[in-house]
Amino acid sequence: MALGLHRRSGHQPRLTTRQEHERQQRRRSSFIAAASTFVVLVAVAVFIPRMPRWDRVKKSFFDVNQMRDSFPRLIDAFWLDVKIFVWTTPAIFIAALLIALARNSRSPALFPVRMLAAAYTDVMRGVPVILWIYLVGFGVPGLGLERPFNSPLLWGSVALGMTYSGYVAEVFRAGIDSVHESQRAAARSLGLSSAQTMRHVVLPQAIRRVVPPLLNDMVSLQKDVALVSLIGPIEILRQAGIDKAKFANFTPFVVAALIFLSVTIPLTRLTDYLWHRERRRTSGTRVAA
Amino acid sequence: MTTLAASRATGAPKVSLRSVTKSFGTNTVLRDLSLDVATGEVVSLIGASGSGKTTLLRCVNLLEQIDDGVVLLDGDEISAIGLDPNPVRRRVGIVFQSFNLFPHMSVARNITLALTKVLGLENDAATQRATELLTRFGLADKAGAFPDQLSGGQQQRVAIIRALAMQPEVLLLDEITSALDPELVGEVLDVVRELKGSGITLLIATHEMAFAREISDRVCFLHAGSVAEIGSPSQVFGAPRDERTQQFLRRVRSN
Ligand SMILES: Nc1ncnc2c1ncn2[C@@H]1O[C@H](COP(=O)(O)OP(=O)(O)OP(=O)(O)O)[C@@H](O)[C@H]1O
Ligand SMILES: [Mg+2]
Repeated sequence: MALGLHRRSGHQPRLTTRQEHERQQRRRSSFIAAASTFVVLVAVAVFIPRMPRWDRVKKSFFDVNQMRDSFPRLIDAFWLDVKIFVWTTPAIFIAALLIALARNSRSPALFPVRMLAAAYTDVMRGVPVILWIYLVGFGVPGLGLERPFNSPLLWGSVALGMTYSGYVAEVFRAGIDSVHESQRAAARSLGLSSAQTMRHVVLPQAIRRVVPPLLNDMVSLQKDVALVSLIGPIEILRQAGIDKAKFANFTPFVVAALIFLSVTIPLTRLTDYLWHRERRRTSGTRVAA
Repeated sequence: MTTLAASRATGAPKVSLRSVTKSFGTNTVLRDLSLDVATGEVVSLIGASGSGKTTLLRCVNLLEQIDDGVVLLDGDEISAIGLDPNPVRRRVGIVFQSFNLFPHMSVARNITLALTKVLGLENDAATQRATELLTRFGLADKAGAFPDQLSGGQQQRVAIIRALAMQPEVLLLDEITSALDPELVGEVLDVVRELKGSGITLLIATHEMAFAREISDRVCFLHAGSVAEIGSPSQVFGAPRDERTQQFLRRVRSN
């Protein structure tokens, strides 16, 4: 850090007083951050092993042999989570966009469509995801449909898609609302139809603005995929449960958590990064302090 | 009056508002307003803030729906309920105070979007038309730039070009220099000067009195949503007949 700074300021060897001051400030805050992290880690490393039952917890949650044994099975099972995620995501985006467009329609004749879209988002968001998965995942196959339409995996994914399209539709709607009316006025005044205005002027701006919240929802979806396991399909959470029962050891759950983190943390970081970039772009010059 | 006679000779006025009334809720913004603008004529709308200049312009290109009266374009009623506004908007362009360029598109695309989607031009033809206009108004090197990379004056010139590219018969200009730094006003007004006499009909809402006096064939003073006085620039500015015009001009000049 300090080195990089030095090199960059190579052309102007002497720093101004202000630059010098800022550099010192930066060093000080890096030092404080590093020191406090260190203190916390030492405290954890020193005190947790002194807890009365630490040996037992260590054995049943952090058993290295158990990790090695479960890891390949869990990764295999995680593949199903990934697949569910990959096929529900595009469906969610398309459905959500259509619902958002329906809610944003302006023609008086489309009033019933607006009402329906509003009711849909309210109902989908008003019930816990897990309940929809039970209701749809058990309910629809219970109708006696033929294979492959009786698969809990299919209907569990549908339930997930239904709820999430409710949430994502609201995100799209907020984005569409955030595009200033004067943009529509400009487009319409040039003779563009309202559909063309939406497609070429409003949506491109709206979607750009809601990329961060959309990614946020994707992070949640990525985790909620595991709920589908509750109606049968053997994905990672269920596989971890099976392993736990077989070996009477909780380590598989810890491994499952780590596998989730390996996907969600990069996604979360990316979201934060995009969010900051968007904020910088749209909120003007930052105040100094 | 002379203009009215003149336009009768060549047919109907280009734009005609007859007893137009427009309210927002209980706020009546245009009150029984009548105004005729002849083909190729330049008419400036002046008046206090809130007198209805913007609303009048928006009614002419159908961004607002009027409550009563009629708006005619070449003698055809365009204000009828249920009429498709898009063919009218192709013939009547508007430029806004705040530019309203599309921020996610390059300057060139801002101009060609409606050319391709509304007029159905091929991309090449649209780009060529955009390039010609950008060159004519000294912005050729900005074709690939995005609006936020331009100065306010440049953005407003692009907005004018975007409207002009549609080759409208009427161009409505709504305080197009109000959002600009004083040193950028000139370059935008120069564009309007160049348009005068090209056959296009201009209806200009403005707070720039000197400019209105210079460019207009007639000046129209609006008061509380009606035409209080209309006449030649030298008459309205030099010898205003209406007391409210006199008051308004005194106030403007004392600032
Ligand atoms: N969309 C709207 N909804 C409600 N009221 C409106 C709307 N647009 C304009 N008004 C009202 O109409 C009146 C006239 O507004 P308008 O913008 O036409 O005036 P103006 O002459 O252009 O003023 P300025 O010189 O400030 O631009 C104002 O009282 C304003 O509050
Ligand atoms: Mg106005």
